[in-house]
Amino acid sequence: MSREFVFRTHPGVGPTVEGEALVSHHGFSARYDMNRDTGIVSRETHDLHGQSVVDKICFFTTAKGGVATAWALYDMKVRGVAPRALIFGTTNPIMVQGAVLADLALMDRLDPDPWAIVENGDHVKVEPAEGRVVVSKRS
Amino acid sequence: MQLTDSERDLLAGKGGEAARRALEMQLKVGDFFQAERFVPVSSAHVMADSEALGDVGIRFLEELAEIGGRCSVPTTINPRGADFLHFQGLGQSEDVVAQERRIIAAFEKLGALTVNTCINYESITPPRFGEHLAWGDTGTVIFANSVAGARSNFEGGPVAVAAAITGRTPAYGYHLDQQRRATVNVEVQAVPKEPSDWGAIGCWIGRQVGDYWQVPALTGLDGQPSITELKQLGASLASYGSLAMFHLVGVTPEAPTLAAAGGGCEPARKIVMPPDGITDAYRSFQPEQERPDLVVFSAPQLSLVEIRRIADLLDGRTVHPDVQLLLTTNHAYRSLAERLGFVAQIERSGGLVLDDVCFYILHARELGQKNHWRTLVTDSAKLANIIAGYGYNPVLRPTAVCIEAAVSGRLPW
Repeated sequence: MSREFVFRTHPGVGPTVEGEALVSHHGFSARYDMNRDTGIVSRETHDLHGQSVVDKICFFTTAKGGVATAWALYDMKVRGVAPRALIFGTTNPIMVQGAVLADLALMDRLDPDPWAIVENGDHVKVEPAEGRVVVSKRS
Repeated sequence: MQLTDSERDLLAGKGGEAARRALEMQLKVGDFFQAERFVPVSSAHVMADSEALGDVGIRFLEELAEIGGRCSVPTTINPRGADFLHFQGLGQSEDVVAQERRIIAAFEKLGALTVNTCINYESITPPRFGEHLAWGDTGTVIFANSVAGARSNFEGGPVAVAAAITGRTPAYGYHLDQQRRATVNVEVQAVPKEPSDWGAIGCWIGRQVGDYWQVPALTGLDGQPSITELKQLGASLASYGSLAMFHLVGVTPEAPTLAAAGGGCEPARKIVMPPDGITDAYRSFQPEQERPDLVVFSAPQLSLVEIRRIADLLDGRTVHPDVQLLLTTNHAYRSLAERLGFVAQIERSGGLVLDDVCFYILHARELGQKNHWRTLVTDSAKLANIIAGYGYNPVLRPTAVCIEAAVSGRLPW
């Protein structure tokens, strides 16, 4: 039987989506941390180095510097290597701007803190318009 | 958001389809950040190089131009991904140049100034205290906010173009007084001696305070830093910490005192950067090999003063044959540097002065693979940070040490 956790926040951007959680304890930059041809994290010091973000519901602590992320998300989306949704501890404007252009689901400031609860592989439903994220634990 | 009549007209398509799309995009961003209104901007600055855009981004720009999008405020463009004079020598493909030409054509149709610079604040559109801007490239934003007291968020390419067309931007974040207040006091006990030391300070602080919504107020630094030093500090803070504003108490215009920087009271949080913080930042970048593959002065583009200093430090000596020495600047400063003889001096030593570009924008992953570049020595803390994501081994060192490495082919420490 799966256990369900509901997280609340202000309305996000993008469509309602569901998928598998990929949880990082690092920040994220779509330009400087990613190989954008493959959707694999390329920065050697990143805790997701070598892992694919494609179609995942990705949890990152912060959105990192680099204005180019706003273009990069759109590019990744069109070429089919984007995450399905991005959840941040706190995001910055660039990520939101990029998510708007790419029509990608993005939310931040979830309550309670998802990092104490969500693990890789958990099923996540992201509902930006409602300001709600629902996580079903695998076990 | 509360819209004015003219904004409602734009949203209804009365200003054309491009302006409607632009405002709609800005509105979604404004709603996310709970902005109450738009503010007029006096200029826009757009990051839109070929690597960042990809083909889909280029088509987005071309379409905006085709459906009648026109800039309504002065709009400058960030560096591009190829120096049209030097791309072949560096092993870049014609494809990159062709993409960049499409981007330039689209921007010219949109009515932007295709100046390809990330130091617009020094050379093209100097920011004024209190004015609202829609600028991209984090280094330009943090400089405008902190050093000039102008007001901008990080505006990514798509929304910076949108702001250029609509002439406005949602009033959230750094457009508002409350966001500009210092949230943390950083007492700097380290003593910077040259511009790259200021970049190292930015590296140290940015690693501690890594959040767009944080505003550090720096104290403990005596003296009056140069514009070059503030440029390095800002670019580095923005790169490592995703920061859009800092206060330097006694120097920057919104920080006559620590309390003033905090909006009436000193920030509750305080961190101390110890005396060896600068050295620690340098030492956090270790070479994998004694011989550097290349030495790069870039990010942000160099000013005339910085180009001259490198020419002086080279002092007629020849760069080691196994080391590539690169400088990047904008067209205006390269032209001046040429006229004043600095370019010839650097080229005689074996260095290259590229214009219109910044190193990490030159499709750096492909460039590195093609030229077998791995260990990159630089005095730019920002470049050292970014280039690690492109498969390089970055080594941050003071300018003079970088020059010695270029000439001797060895890293002295």
